Amino acid sequence: MNRLQVDFLGVPLNTPLVLASGIWGTTASLLERAARAGCGAVTAKSCGPVPRAGHVNPSCLDWGHGLINAIGLANPGVEAEAAMLAQARQTLAELGVPLIASIFAGSPSEFGAVAESIASSRPAFVEVNVSCPNVASEFGEPFAASPQAAAEVTAAVKAVLAPKGIPVIVKLAPNVPSIARIAHAVVEAGADALCAINTMPGMVIDAESGQPILANRSGGLSGPALKPIALKCVYDLHKACPDTPIIGVGGVTTGIDAIEMIMAGATAVGVGSAIYYRGHDAITQIVAEMDAWAEAHRIANVSTLRGAAHHEPHYDASPTGAPIPAAH
Amino acid sequence: MIRIPKTLPAAAPITAIRQDNYRTKTFTFDARLDATPGQFVMAWLPRFDEKPFSLVSADPVALMISAVGPATRLMHELAVGDKLWLRGPFGHGFDAPADQRRIALVAGGYGVAPLLWLARHELGRRDEITVILGARSVQELLYADDLRALASERAGSTAVRLALATEDGSAGRRGLVTDVLQPLLDAGEVDGIYACGPHGMLVALEGLSRRYAIPGQLSWEAYMRCGVGICGACEHDGAVLCLDGPVLSVTP
Repeated sequence: MNRLQVDFLGVPLNTPLVLASGIWGTTASLLERAARAGCGAVTAKSCGPVPRAGHVNPSCLDWGHGLINAIGLANPGVEAEAAMLAQARQTLAELGVPLIASIFAGSPSEFGAVAESIASSRPAFVEVNVSCPNVASEFGEPFAASPQAAAEVTAAVKAVLAPKGIPVIVKLAPNVPSIARIAHAVVEAGADALCAINTMPGMVIDAESGQPILANRSGGLSGPALKPIALKCVYDLHKACPDTPIIGVGGVTTGIDAIEMIMAGATAVGVGSAIYYRGHDAITQIVAEMDAWAEAHRIANVSTLRGAAHHEPHYDASPTGAPIPAAH
Repeated sequence: MIRIPKTLPAAAPITAIRQDNYRTKTFTFDARLDATPGQFVMAWLPRFDEKPFSLVSADPVALMISAVGPATRLMHELAVGDKLWLRGPFGHGFDAPADQRRIALVAGGYGVAPLLWLARHELGRRDEITVILGARSVQELLYADDLRALASERAGSTAVRLALATEDGSAGRRGLVTDVLQPLLDAGEVDGIYACGPHGMLVALEGLSRRYAIPGQLSWEAYMRCGVGICGACEHDGAVLCLDGPVLSVTP
């Protein structure tokens, strides 16, 4: 068996890498490019009920330790998106790469309606984006900030997609007091899997003009600075919901980053900003590095590493000489 | 002189402004960066908008800006001493193989911006550079004087030829740049085609490049959003223009 093949909700992925939403997912040819580069699954750009132009530029900046973006959910609307995805799905099927559609909306019922429309493109999974940090001026606080609101959206989407046999992935935000509480709520409401994390809200200000640089003023951090935050969130999620598959995403730019994400508890690993840091063949490089690492460590399949960070070694002594604490 | 970063935009003071035609100016900045012809920078007007521009030169930085929308009209109100915030360079520029002795540079409208620099860059490196400059009419022609000056300079062994084409015949030959290029291709006088201009012109040149099996590098225009190759807004034929392009080689 291929060292990198993993099972995600009963669907085999050739590699654990998943093209993250918002990266390249605007056209069928770019989704195909990510699949050919080595992604085990690809996520389309989130779409909503109607077309959106998104924010003007600057909408994405390299601030030194990561990227910050506020694209503002630019998308052609679910009708056009469904047509594009139906086309993409056929090519992807030939490559054995499942398609993840991604949706957002302004209310639980609107989420249900968008889910109904996108289902016509027959994606393998639907990601429910309740955590975009860049549309607060129109949509208010993200649903991902409240267990109840996140659960209501999940239930609305699940009600539409369950009869069609399409599993629901809920994409969570890192900037909440307890991501585990949100996860419990959405899993209880029917989420089949979790995706964590979305970008982390932030701002960059230009001293010469005294002004925020992003047109949206604030944006979401991605790239290397996000990795420790993502690892902590995925670790917490795996501990809270050990039976729920997680797509761990945030700051993964190397194969070893991806291995670490699996060790935190992820089943699959999202990549996005890595394309900026390592160029357009970033995905191919990360896949090769994961495979080389697994081979060097005699790992038959990377899924055996899932949650490794939770299994701490036991010593019959404590570093301070104090009584041995109970198991973690 | 400031050095322009690829990271957050740097405030670059304007040192010179030249009016090129009724709606186009070339701005020169007290700034420099390392770049190749065909690469672009993002220019930011704080709290208004940020737009991509091909570099006309990198040291000092010079940009051709046509007042065609709200942001570029505001940029035209800037004076020497004012600032524009720049970051870059982004994308991949032109890269002419050394064995192409006779190259054709084909410019449509404000597509001449990166090609004037490319022509200067290639002086002394080719036997012959043919610049074909096209526009709708004489009022729309850009950088014709700069190119004439270049054609009269003799840099080493390079001969520079300039041919003008306008759709209404008000300058040079009446017709399209492709009407000028095609006889040169028929005569076997061109080893490589380098072009920037409107979409339709590039599609036609792509066809000629393939038909005559002459290598081509074309600079495509698209609305650049993230500018760093990840958002997918500027997709063209499976390529993200801000990262893979804006200059793409014609595939045979």
